[in-house]
Amino acid sequence: MAGLAVGRSLLQALLAQIANLPLAILLGVSLALVPLGVGLALLPPVLLAVRGLANQQRRWAKEWSGVEIPVPYRPRPADASGFGRVKWLLTDPATWRDMLWTLVNSVLGVVLAGLPSALVVYGLEGVLVAPWLYSLHSFGWGPFWPLGDYGPPGAIGCLLLGSVLVLTGWLGGPPIMRAYALVNRSMLGPTRARLEERVRELTATRSETVDASAAELRRIERDLHDGAQARLVALSMHIGLAEQMVKDDPDEAVRLLIEARQASGTALTELRDLVRGIHPPVLAERGLPGGVQALALTLPLPVNVTVDLPGRAAPPVESAAYFAVAEMLANTVKHAGAERAWVDVRHNGTALVMIVGDDGRGGADPSRGTGMRGITRRLAAFDGTMAVTSPEGGPTVVTMELPCALSSPKI
Amino acid sequence: MRVVIAEDLALLRDGLIRLLSAYGFEVVEAVDNGPSLSRALLEHRPDVAVVDVRLPPTFTDEGLRAALDARRAIPGLPVLVLSQHVEQLYARELLSDSSGGIGYLLKDRVSDVKQFVEAVRRVADGGTALDPDVVSQLLTRRSREEPLKALTPREREVLELMAEGRSNAAIAGKMFVTEKAVTKHTANIFAKLGLPVSEDDNRRVLAVLAYLHA
Repeated sequence: MAGLAVGRSLLQALLAQIANLPLAILLGVSLALVPLGVGLALLPPVLLAVRGLANQQRRWAKEWSGVEIPVPYRPRPADASGFGRVKWLLTDPATWRDMLWTLVNSVLGVVLAGLPSALVVYGLEGVLVAPWLYSLHSFGWGPFWPLGDYGPPGAIGCLLLGSVLVLTGWLGGPPIMRAYALVNRSMLGPTRARLEERVRELTATRSETVDASAAELRRIERDLHDGAQARLVALSMHIGLAEQMVKDDPDEAVRLLIEARQASGTALTELRDLVRGIHPPVLAERGLPGGVQALALTLPLPVNVTVDLPGRAAPPVESAAYFAVAEMLANTVKHAGAERAWVDVRHNGTALVMIVGDDGRGGADPSRGTGMRGITRRLAAFDGTMAVTSPEGGPTVVTMELPCALSSPKI
Repeated sequence: MRVVIAEDLALLRDGLIRLLSAYGFEVVEAVDNGPSLSRALLEHRPDVAVVDVRLPPTFTDEGLRAALDARRAIPGLPVLVLSQHVEQLYARELLSDSSGGIGYLLKDRVSDVKQFVEAVRRVADGGTALDPDVVSQLLTRRSREEPLKALTPREREVLELMAEGRSNAAIAGKMFVTEKAVTKHTANIFAKLGLPVSEDDNRRVLAVLAYLHA
């Protein structure tokens, strides 16, 4: 445990120098170049790299020291290309706190996080190397130990002091790394303003979700009432009539029974379609991989499906993911005039990433069409996002992300 | 003819037992869950099994998996799979070993008793019984492609019935034409799709299905 902390301390100190410091410099350069315009192109990749580094620190804080640092960033908007992306990044207060952290951490990562490993390395030098060199002169302070001036007693002092330093670094490692994680939390965690904003977001998506599910229930009620229910009434009426006639007019009774059977067939077809719209049976039976594959097989164009999931997502997430992919593929069939399409579903550690693409004519506009809006809403209920790139002339690629954890691997 | 039935809803299970018994089948065992089905299939080695896709304990595709496993243990074991919904994906899996003796029908089809019993017999004889819904989906999906576009409407109709697993005689009866006319249509279809001609009904059906699933 303590040994691990020393290794991690060394890693943090190195990272602060080889990743953090260069990024801090790049940030400064990009910001300075903003008036010239070049900075605007340079900023997004640098900021995203900083986010990557900061997210790594958040994960480590949790894994190594049990300090939870929630990710404070605003969700990526649907139009996250060009200027939209710059605006999304720069208007997020978390971005500016990230910048501050980059600067602070290039020092703090060495001074605080690097402390345990420095103590151990220097202490080890005092125990293993220095005492055997006491006959050499002109050692100074610094990485070396002051020996020459004191002779053999100095060497013994080295041994003792070195041991104390190793022990301090070894035992102090975990609490120091924890202190470092806490300092990071103060800079990388969400601020109160961000939390308030988050509450507003959640209130909005929640009311949309509630509205949408109420409308959905209403639709199901109407479908059942006008469809299957009405047909079952007609069915029992036909059977009742046939029962009356079976003695007097057997031919007519048989005709009524045939009609009754047809009515039951229609009712079953309607119920089947309704069930498919609520929760496709194949999704319940085979999960997302089977569901998407089965879906692809029903479309009138070849769809290449790759699903790579180490486990299963929660049923509501699977359902949202399935309908999102289904809607995108339906759009491809209706509007794209595509020869072929492809679907790629994987999990990136924090989110389900679904990419649906086709070789059609492009020009898809996510703000038009109720289907796409419905999907955006459905995804938003899970903090999911959708990004569409669809230049005139194609190809169209839709990337959807649904944050979720996967359950234990499939049996 | 000895048959094993797997269906978890008691009403439907009793209905199936009554129906098949009335048509001279001997129901050797009727089970209501996946593990019992696996055991019953290996133990009785029935002439045909009628199996619901969704069974306890998981209520997923337990029945289908048990049937596929049993067919790996006993190659060509005739299985007729029933379901509330049909999926191309499942049809593909059932037909993948291309040894025949496979049926895949919507549960609704039970209501047409004569046709249903005929389908059970066909499967028991090593033939195929594929739901019209599966076939029409297959054909819509492929209808844009060249060889299929070249078929006349009449030939398409014959192709559909053939893909459902029917023999020439049955197709002739259904279309109100002579068997000779059907033979002519099938010959044309096989020529247009570039498939080897075969006298054997079952082998012909499998060739057509393999072509459509490709």
